[in-house]
Amino acid sequence: MTALQAHLPALQVVVPMLSAPLAMLLREHRLSWTLATAASLCAFAIAIALTLAVFDTGGMRYLMGSWPAPFGIELGVDAMSALLLLVVTGASSLALIAGASSLDREIEVERQPLFYAAWLLALAGLCGILVTADAFNIFVFMEISALASYVLIAGGPDRRALLAVFKYLVMGTIGATFYLIGVGLIYLMTGTLNLDDIVYRIDEVAELKPILIAAGFISVGLALKAAIFPLHVWLPNAYTFAPHVVTVFLAACSTKVALYVLLRFNFVVFKPYLEGHDLKFAIFALPLALLAILVGSAVAMFESNLKRMLAWSSVAQIGYITLGAGLVSVAGLTAGLLHIFNHALAKAALFLALACLAVSVSKLRIENIGGIAKRMPWTMAAFVLAGLSLIGVPGTAGFISKWYLITATFDSGSLGVLLVAVIVVSSLMAVVYIWRVVECAYFREAEEVQSAREAPLMLLLPTWAAVLLNFYFGLFPGVPLELSSSAANLLLGQVP
Amino acid sequence: MTIVFGVFLLTLMLVTAIAIVRTQNLFVAVMLSGIFSLLLASNFFLLDAADVALTEAAVGAGISTVLYLSALALSAQHEHAPYSSHRLIALAVVSFTTLAVIYATFDQPRVGDPAAPVHQHVAPWYLEMTRDAIDIPNVVTAVLGSFRGYDTLGEVFVVFTAGIGVLFLLDKPGARHSQTQTVGQVRLRHYLIPRLVGRMLIPFILLFGLYVQFHGEYGPGGGFQAGALVAASIILYALLEGETRALRALPRRLLTLLIASGALLYCGVGVAGILLGGNFLDYSVLADDPVKGQQLGIILIEAGVGITVTGVLLSIFHAFAARGRF
Repeated sequence: MTALQAHLPALQVVVPMLSAPLAMLLREHRLSWTLATAASLCAFAIAIALTLAVFDTGGMRYLMGSWPAPFGIELGVDAMSALLLLVVTGASSLALIAGASSLDREIEVERQPLFYAAWLLALAGLCGILVTADAFNIFVFMEISALASYVLIAGGPDRRALLAVFKYLVMGTIGATFYLIGVGLIYLMTGTLNLDDIVYRIDEVAELKPILIAAGFISVGLALKAAIFPLHVWLPNAYTFAPHVVTVFLAACSTKVALYVLLRFNFVVFKPYLEGHDLKFAIFALPLALLAILVGSAVAMFESNLKRMLAWSSVAQIGYITLGAGLVSVAGLTAGLLHIFNHALAKAALFLALACLAVSVSKLRIENIGGIAKRMPWTMAAFVLAGLSLIGVPGTAGFISKWYLITATFDSGSLGVLLVAVIVVSSLMAVVYIWRVVECAYFREAEEVQSAREAPLMLLLPTWAAVLLNFYFGLFPGVPLELSSSAANLLLGQVP
Repeated sequence: MTIVFGVFLLTLMLVTAIAIVRTQNLFVAVMLSGIFSLLLASNFFLLDAADVALTEAAVGAGISTVLYLSALALSAQHEHAPYSSHRLIALAVVSFTTLAVIYATFDQPRVGDPAAPVHQHVAPWYLEMTRDAIDIPNVVTAVLGSFRGYDTLGEVFVVFTAGIGVLFLLDKPGARHSQTQTVGQVRLRHYLIPRLVGRMLIPFILLFGLYVQFHGEYGPGGGFQAGALVAASIILYALLEGETRALRALPRRLLTLLIASGALLYCGVGVAGILLGGNFLDYSVLADDPVKGQQLGIILIEAGVGITVTGVLLSIFHAFAARGRF
């Protein structure tokens, strides 16, 4: 075991990656599901082991091919990557388990092995971005995860999924290209791709212009991928038309991983070098975050397609995360990173509940679920409880991160009152859009849902696991809190 | 002189790019983008990047043109007139991006300046270590295959993912049967001259592909280029003799196996590094002599790259060719 311990950062990527061709070769869809789930759970176990290692020693480094650091590719796991790794691998595992009974309705059995292979590739890509310490390597794995997620979304039964995915593909490709242009410029000026080495060598670069432009390209490119308002236009339809469990997986992870890279670059590489970069970052991030929060929540209030409603709510939640980051303080970043974790929990649970609903309701629109709570009590109870976490009711995970966010905004002076007002208003809006669903499901007469039956156990179990995790991390927020606060200290270059 | 030629090529590229954007005829656009790739390849060659030039020529000018054409056979030849209001915004965004890039080049080091950071920091180490630790003449292969082999592994999986995506989307169970008359069957069979010339070319392209595969350590080349060339020769065969005969020679099942096994081979070599006591993708432990181990590792992973690229490109071609018109 100890021999393997040192290889954990590499195995985090290699296990899902190596399983992907195997999942494709297995012709039987149950077998490839089993393999994919096993690989995903294994990746989750590795993520837990890495988190423990981070708590023990502060982080792990790994040299690919045993070549020394700036020449070969180095992997590095610290508190921030561990936090995100837990989210990504956990969401993937829950969604895959739920997928066992949900995906058969959406994807033909013969095509499922290819689908699971794409799933594993998406997982490997996201993990690859999180463990690497190399700017170009991030791009390579971003390509893998992006291509694979296009495939996953295009698997949706509605033909509009193809159109949604095409939009996402064009946007995502522009984002990736921008990122690559930025990395190219940095390489041009520093001669290195290793992130730590860039930080070290960038100080000696006398000319500002290329680095400044690189900062612009990298930030805009990643903001596209992270769906930061107003670059979010690809997100609502992509989430709506994807297969249900794919929405669970991607909503919890893919935008967050882009945010992770965005924060890494802005805080670790650019902020110490470019003068006034933190101020510029705040000037861009804060207004966009506020707009995202307000617009996202407002549109969600009037949306009657349930999946699109939650997708718009995601736009708002990404706003919370950028708001925390835009404060450029340890408290703000802690709150933002914590919200990445907690929002993933709440959204995964909500989208899982929708996947349960979809078993009996073919069109997930608000007018189609009148009185469904009588027929599907467990599903709707899960939806309500996860909704509470999304709103931020005390006792749930959502409350913790909002509480930290509000405390952090109060520290930021007179502007803080306005920010707190926005957070409170948008939480009330969240009450409205969650309540609309609850009212319809509990207090309307059952019309079309007479034949509805409770979702199968294989769907309910992961859903309730996600719901209970929302409460567990609401009452005992120790692990994610500690990870995000040490990650915030790392980003701001302060030794905790 | 090189500068003059470079400027000439770049100007031609710009003209071609504008023409691609302007034309409404998709067939013309595809042909122009093939020309664009060829110009780009010549440009890479001018910059002494022979490996990249070879890839661009084989993939950009060769295979992707064929794929575009197969896709075009399934849809219309003319694009509908796009809405004009978005075009102005697009033009503004593109102009702004261009200006930003130009602004960034003001302070960049001159092309080929030996004092530039890229030539000062990691490059000398690569040159030295390629001689000492790997002992092959082509430094590019050493960097791609070993020093940054993990990136190349990722690139192979990008190709692999693309293959999976196309198979997943186009190989729908219901869609395959309409292949008989359209693209699949006899295409150039009744044209005597193209068929004769083409048949003569096929063995040479195949041979050149294998040469590029196995000569990658000594000269420009490697798995990506070789895979594209081998696939090109088989696609040429399919175009001349009909897709069905090409499938008889290399059935779909075998292609799927190729796609997966190449990726598995590359990843497997990496895992072997761990099992033999090194790090992931450490080839030194593969043989008793670390230098021999490095060479063995590079040959194996290049084989994996070639196999997957061939399989993916052929599968994509067949997936397009098998689709009838809607």
